[in-house]
Amino acid sequence: MNTQKTLSAEARRKATLSAVLAVICVIYVLPVVAVVINSFKLNTFVKTDTFALPTGNMWAGFENFIKGMTFGNYPFAKSVLYSVVITLLSTALILLCTSMAAWYIARVNSLFCKALYFLCVFSMVVPFQMVMFTLSKTANSVRLLGFWGPHLNTPWTIPVIYLGFGAGLAIFMFVGFVKSIPLEIEEAAAIDGCGPLRTYFSVVVPMLKPTMVSVGILEIMWVWNDFLLPYLVLDKNLYRPIHIQYLKGSYGTVDLGATMALILLSIIPVIVFYLTCQKHIIKGVAAGAVKG
Amino acid sequence: MRPYKNSRGADILKTKKISNSNSIRRATRRWGLFFLGPVTAAFIIGFVWPFLQGIWLSLCRFKTISNAKFIGLDNYAKAFSDVGFRHAFWYTALFAVVSLVLINVLAFAVAYALTQGIRGSNLYRTVFFMPNLIGGIVLGYIWSMIFDGILSWWSTSILLESKYGFWGLIILMCWQQIGYMMIIYIAGLQNVPGEMLEAARIDGATRWQTLFKVTIPNVMPSITICMFLSLTNGFKLFDQNLALTGGQPFIIQPGGATIKTTEMLALNIFNTFNASGGSSQGVAQAKAVVFFVLVAGLGLLQLGYTRKKEVQQ
Repeated sequence: MNTQKTLSAEARRKATLSAVLAVICVIYVLPVVAVVINSFKLNTFVKTDTFALPTGNMWAGFENFIKGMTFGNYPFAKSVLYSVVITLLSTALILLCTSMAAWYIARVNSLFCKALYFLCVFSMVVPFQMVMFTLSKTANSVRLLGFWGPHLNTPWTIPVIYLGFGAGLAIFMFVGFVKSIPLEIEEAAAIDGCGPLRTYFSVVVPMLKPTMVSVGILEIMWVWNDFLLPYLVLDKNLYRPIHIQYLKGSYGTVDLGATMALILLSIIPVIVFYLTCQKHIIKGVAAGAVKG
Repeated sequence: MRPYKNSRGADILKTKKISNSNSIRRATRRWGLFFLGPVTAAFIIGFVWPFLQGIWLSLCRFKTISNAKFIGLDNYAKAFSDVGFRHAFWYTALFAVVSLVLINVLAFAVAYALTQGIRGSNLYRTVFFMPNLIGGIVLGYIWSMIFDGILSWWSTSILLESKYGFWGLIILMCWQQIGYMMIIYIAGLQNVPGEMLEAARIDGATRWQTLFKVTIPNVMPSITICMFLSLTNGFKLFDQNLALTGGQPFIIQPGGATIKTTEMLALNIFNTFNASGGSSQGVAQAKAVVFFVLVAGLGLLQLGYTRKKEVQQ
């Protein structure tokens, strides 16, 4: 009987805890709900009746969305396109180049490799403000292939800078993983006649896949949400990724209704991405927690 | 028949193996340019060169990089005598410490609650982590709308009073970071050996005793990581600061200097770079170097501390 009592006390405790957490959860999603509500509200009411539902004369329909689409005479679709291009290109480039370098560093381990690895770890503790001025100047003067090709200040070439500044964490994570792969597998491949290229692409890459997912997710989250680097490097009359578009579009008189509509539009794909890859995202975050 | 086995045989096998992996290494080495080239080039362009140039320029007076003139530590002297910069430093330090305490206590509490095996844990975890996916600029806009909506009941605004800006930014950062730290704490809490908790229960320890004497010592590595992460995040904060208050409200000193009361270090450096005239860029770069030493110092402290802990275990 005694056990029964403690059991029910335990159950009651868990139920209370669950209820408390449920309340906190509701509070937690309220800001997002506020965005949804206000994106359908006429601009003049956003400041005065922020938490009221958009009913009656406050209802703006899809006017905010239409207005937001051409904020500051710049089509929002173009902003989204640039953000997607920059994020995908940068992530792909980082995954390919840093995993190759990390494998080489872990396996060859020459003096140069050690120096490069040390520099990469060092770069993880350097705040972006330290290099932001000189980096933006470098991006304007260096070309894609050193002295030939477009400058590094376009959405198609900015991934090179992301590769350079983001290499630290990626290489750190990849090297850590490669060192845990037994060498025997690669030796067997070599005995079967694989050269280094084939060993890497057909034997090592498949084993790296889980780490690639973790690193890829961390990089996507970083590049997609990054504001300062594109802001400093890109020509803002030509290229405005979405985070710059908010700032530029809201210059002068702020149209809060339209801003909220745009925010809603850009949050939806992020939330869909999160809900579909949740498991990988949380795993990736836990794995990348070493970064300071 | 006994299997053939002697020490010499084993030795031969061993040397063979070493020479084997050595030859693989030699073959791989020839591809160095292919494997390391792209990263090395990008790393030099994106990090090494700007970093070195940044240190050099912090010692120069310049309008454009090509006409930089060496002036020694002048820029540093100017940076430290800048009232706005000093204010930003203390403001940032205070912010970092307050957010460190709040975020970690709340995140640990949530993680602890979520590892008690209650129903709906996964859903709660999903919701708590969600704000991390939203960029800093967007977060700033969302919360400035919410704070202004609340403060409009007293017909004021977050831009009018610096204490609103401070606590607003704290609330924003808690909303964003609790989920992140919670994930790390959950991973730590799941590694606490079940037998230890069981033993504590059998020995008659209360829930609080178990928490403080068994659970917390076992998740110490996670606590260290999270504390340093939130501390450096607090110091490096930029996007949210820019979008929420942008440094407002401003106070004009009797001497003519303007103090942006809610401006943090990173934003102060950014604003100094953009200040009109262009002569302040050397000072801005000097501030950036000071900022780097500060943040990197914290990072190295963390590295040393975690290493020491790992050795002890």
